[in-house]
Amino acid sequence: MARSVLVVDDEPNIVLSLEYLLKQVGYDVHVARDGEAALSAIAEHRPGLVLLDVMMPKRDGYDVCRTIRASADWADMPVIMLTARGSDSDRQMGMDAGANEYITKPFSTRDVVEKVRHFLGIP
Amino acid sequence: MISGPVVVAISIAYLLMLFAIAWIGDRRAAQGRSLIDNPTTYVLSMAVFCTSWTFYGSVGRAAQGGLAFLPIYLGPTLVVALSSVIIGKMVHIGRTHRITSIADFISARYGKSPVLGGIVTIIAVAGIMPYISLQLKAVSTTLTAVLDWPNVSSPITTIPVLGDTVLLVALFLAAFAILFGTRHIDASEHHQGMVLAIAFESVIKLVAFLAVGAFVTYHLHDGFADIFLKAADNPDLRRLFTLQGSAYGDWVALVVLSMLAFTCLPRQFQVTVVENTNRHHVDRMVWLFPLYLLAINIFVLPVALAGRMAFGDSVSPDLYVLALPLSQGAEALTLLVFLGGLSAAASMVIVETIALSTMVCNDLVMPLLLRLRWLGLSSRADLSGLLLGIRRVTMAVVILLGYAYVRLIGDSYALATIGLTSFAAAAQFAPALIGGILWKGATEKGALAGLLAGFAIWLYTLLLPNFARSGWLPVEFAEQGLAGIEFLKPYALFGLSGLEPVTHSLVWSMLANIGAYVLVSLLTGHTALERIQASLFVDALRPTGPAHGRSRFWRGTASVAELRALCVRFVGLDGADRAFAQWAGQRGIDLNNLSEADPDLVDMAETLLAGAIGTASARVMVASVSKGEVVGLDEVMEILDEASQVIAYSQRLEAATAELKDANKRLQELDHMKDDFISTVTHELRTPLTSIRSFSEILFDNPEMNPDQRQEFLSIVIKESERLTRLINQVLDMAKLESGRMTWTIRPASPRALVEDSIAATHALFEDKGVTLETDLADLPEMDTDADKFMQVVLNLLSNAVKFVEPGSGRVSLGLAADGDGLRLRVADNGTGLPSDSLEKVFDRFLQVGDTMTNKPKGTGLGLAISKTIVEHLGGRIWAENGPQGGAVFTVTLPRQPPS
Repeated sequence: MARSVLVVDDEPNIVLSLEYLLKQVGYDVHVARDGEAALSAIAEHRPGLVLLDVMMPKRDGYDVCRTIRASADWADMPVIMLTARGSDSDRQMGMDAGANEYITKPFSTRDVVEKVRHFLGIP
Repeated sequence: MISGPVVVAISIAYLLMLFAIAWIGDRRAAQGRSLIDNPTTYVLSMAVFCTSWTFYGSVGRAAQGGLAFLPIYLGPTLVVALSSVIIGKMVHIGRTHRITSIADFISARYGKSPVLGGIVTIIAVAGIMPYISLQLKAVSTTLTAVLDWPNVSSPITTIPVLGDTVLLVALFLAAFAILFGTRHIDASEHHQGMVLAIAFESVIKLVAFLAVGAFVTYHLHDGFADIFLKAADNPDLRRLFTLQGSAYGDWVALVVLSMLAFTCLPRQFQVTVVENTNRHHVDRMVWLFPLYLLAINIFVLPVALAGRMAFGDSVSPDLYVLALPLSQGAEALTLLVFLGGLSAAASMVIVETIALSTMVCNDLVMPLLLRLRWLGLSSRADLSGLLLGIRRVTMAVVILLGYAYVRLIGDSYALATIGLTSFAAAAQFAPALIGGILWKGATEKGALAGLLAGFAIWLYTLLLPNFARSGWLPVEFAEQGLAGIEFLKPYALFGLSGLEPVTHSLVWSMLANIGAYVLVSLLTGHTALERIQASLFVDALRPTGPAHGRSRFWRGTASVAELRALCVRFVGLDGADRAFAQWAGQRGIDLNNLSEADPDLVDMAETLLAGAIGTASARVMVASVSKGEVVGLDEVMEILDEASQVIAYSQRLEAATAELKDANKRLQELDHMKDDFISTVTHELRTPLTSIRSFSEILFDNPEMNPDQRQEFLSIVIKESERLTRLINQVLDMAKLESGRMTWTIRPASPRALVEDSIAATHALFEDKGVTLETDLADLPEMDTDADKFMQVVLNLLSNAVKFVEPGSGRVSLGLAADGDGLRLRVADNGTGLPSDSLEKVFDRFLQVGDTMTNKPKGTGLGLAISKTIVEHLGGRIWAENGPQGGAVFTVTLPRQPPS
């Protein structure tokens, strides 16, 4: 579904805030708490965009992103990386893994909404 | 009987062949394809040690004294086998400093002293030049023997000079020395042709001696055993097989003497040090040279015994080598033996002449000429021609004087004994030479005193009595001492009697030489230059020695043009240009842009000159064009002390380097850990901050939000703020603990009271989650501990336990018991337990086990790491395990008192 967003993060409060924010704007929101849950959620819900945390248990964000890019069905799916690591090399790693955007925590909520809109349009 | 013209023709042909060989050697050297740049040629050239005195004389000595010929060879064998370190060091120093002779070496070592160089030269000329005569005499005697057999005793003095083949030989040798000994003036270029010819002659004399030995042993007799058995039947000859009881002292003395001579004879120094093309050739010497000596000596005793049996006393034993084949009519072999003897004589004469003339020129004539200002030498444009001229004249004079000696005193006792006498003269150089490369404290005055004392004793106890016995001095001098004083008897000085004259002389001269050398060295001090040179020589082989920075000792400047002009005058335009260009090339400097020479260039120029005119004169010449001096003695001492400290430290440094490597590795690991730590802390700080910011913005943007939701979001902001605060506090705690800046307040406290306080502080956590806490607390005596830190540990374990159990059904048990005179605290829960590979890692910073639990209360990841640091600081231990019914168990033990 084009107007749905999958939020992936192992921090419940961050998930909660993003979920509230995006629902408020009008998107459908699914959540996942780790990398594996993220991949099954993608398969299940086919979201229009993934907001993906990097540092997660089981499979990290880079790994998930690469898996998305490698799959025939989801290769075009926009991925926005969320990370608490701010260095240039981290950003480069995200881009190399195939992310479309890279947002550093703590992020501005407006910024997140704007970037999601950039890919999905106004709901 | 062989016809005279044939012998003369063959001799001359042989000498011409030497010219050809030397010419080829020089030519190949000029083409850069050296024929002598190999260890075998180097070692063969050292066999110049075996002169005609040994070629013929060994058999002579053996025929009269049995094994008495052996020490002369045992000495060198011992030297090369035992002290190749000393020879290797001499060779290295000789190459680095472009040493031109043994006089130059000694002069350079003792502050480039011209006086020492001159004294050494005088001793060498006085003591060793007659030895050249002995070689010519051997040629003469053997020639007579070959021509007039069986009448072998016609003395040389009866032959007219003009018809004398020996004069012809002498002239040939002089021509050879002049041609191949003075083609270049730069000693570092070596006399490759000469060395090649000498090596060739070493082969000839060995082949000749082996041939006559085999002839005598296997043709005239039936092998070694046959000769010895026959000789054993003769009581006179049997005596030769054994050492006489009293001879041991003389044996030792002769071994020592030949050891010293082998090291110090000018010709040995010439081939070993000056002509050396590669320091590593010395390695081959260690076994090849003794092998050569063994080969050339193996037939000495059989030939001597066979000679005694054949001739008795009718022929001089010194001629047995020649007489045995002659008497058998073996003409070809006789000629070969004659050529072998000629080789031995020729090589000695050539090398000795070159060595002596270099010394006379560089260490006697040049310093004098440079001092005579009226000669205007310092202003003459090209002195290299003059230098060559001096050397050529010296060579001719040396050889012709040698010939004159033979004619004048040919059959004297003095000449017959000159072999060992000149050994004893050369031995006088040994203390200054060997001491100079081993003992930094040796001074110029010490060396001078030692040389003069040793030389004086040698003169008095050996040379003068020899003169007396030759009839040139009253014979009473030799027999009764100076003015008839018993104590001054030359052969029994100060009452020391019962020794062979040579042994006696060696004992006294060495005693005086070494004594004066050591004593005066200890009593006198160094000049700055002496101190520098001493250090350069003694530390020559040290990799961190001062040799690499010797220009540091010289401070001042010279104009490049003047310096270059100076070098041109002594080594010619080509030589100077090549050396300067090479120097500039190695340093990447354009000489055209350089007007002031730095100390390094001045040093190069001085070394270049040293190769041409000797160290002492080079020093004088360079000083004449340079402003500034060698730095003062105090500064030299400072630099050298620094250098020697560096050497002393270098060993410790090596050990320290290993430690440093380890430390560096640890530091890198720590650095890596620090980076990880900062990155992790940043991550951990950003996470609660993200929630706080997000919810604050949401609350800010949505003023109309329903109150329940607002309340929920606000409580998240508060909790995350608390988490952030906790995290910051713990990071600071951790940093303080790890840097050792944490303040500890150790006071007696009741463990039970502290645990109970901790329980009270976490009561709310248990209440909220509905977790049961079971306690079993023993009443322990007071312990010395930091109450706050102890509680921090207990609080941390309790709050961790609460986190990891299920709400409602969770149970945590806390036990406090005695453990020796300390305590044991146990916190167990009924949660899921820990993965077995995490039992130790759980104490690592920021490792959070069980991250996958949804909605778990997040810790900081520092609590257990801090607890562990605290417990260990208090002298205890903390560990985690899984309980028998599942669930994690954390145990802490603490001693009664923290370690001091």
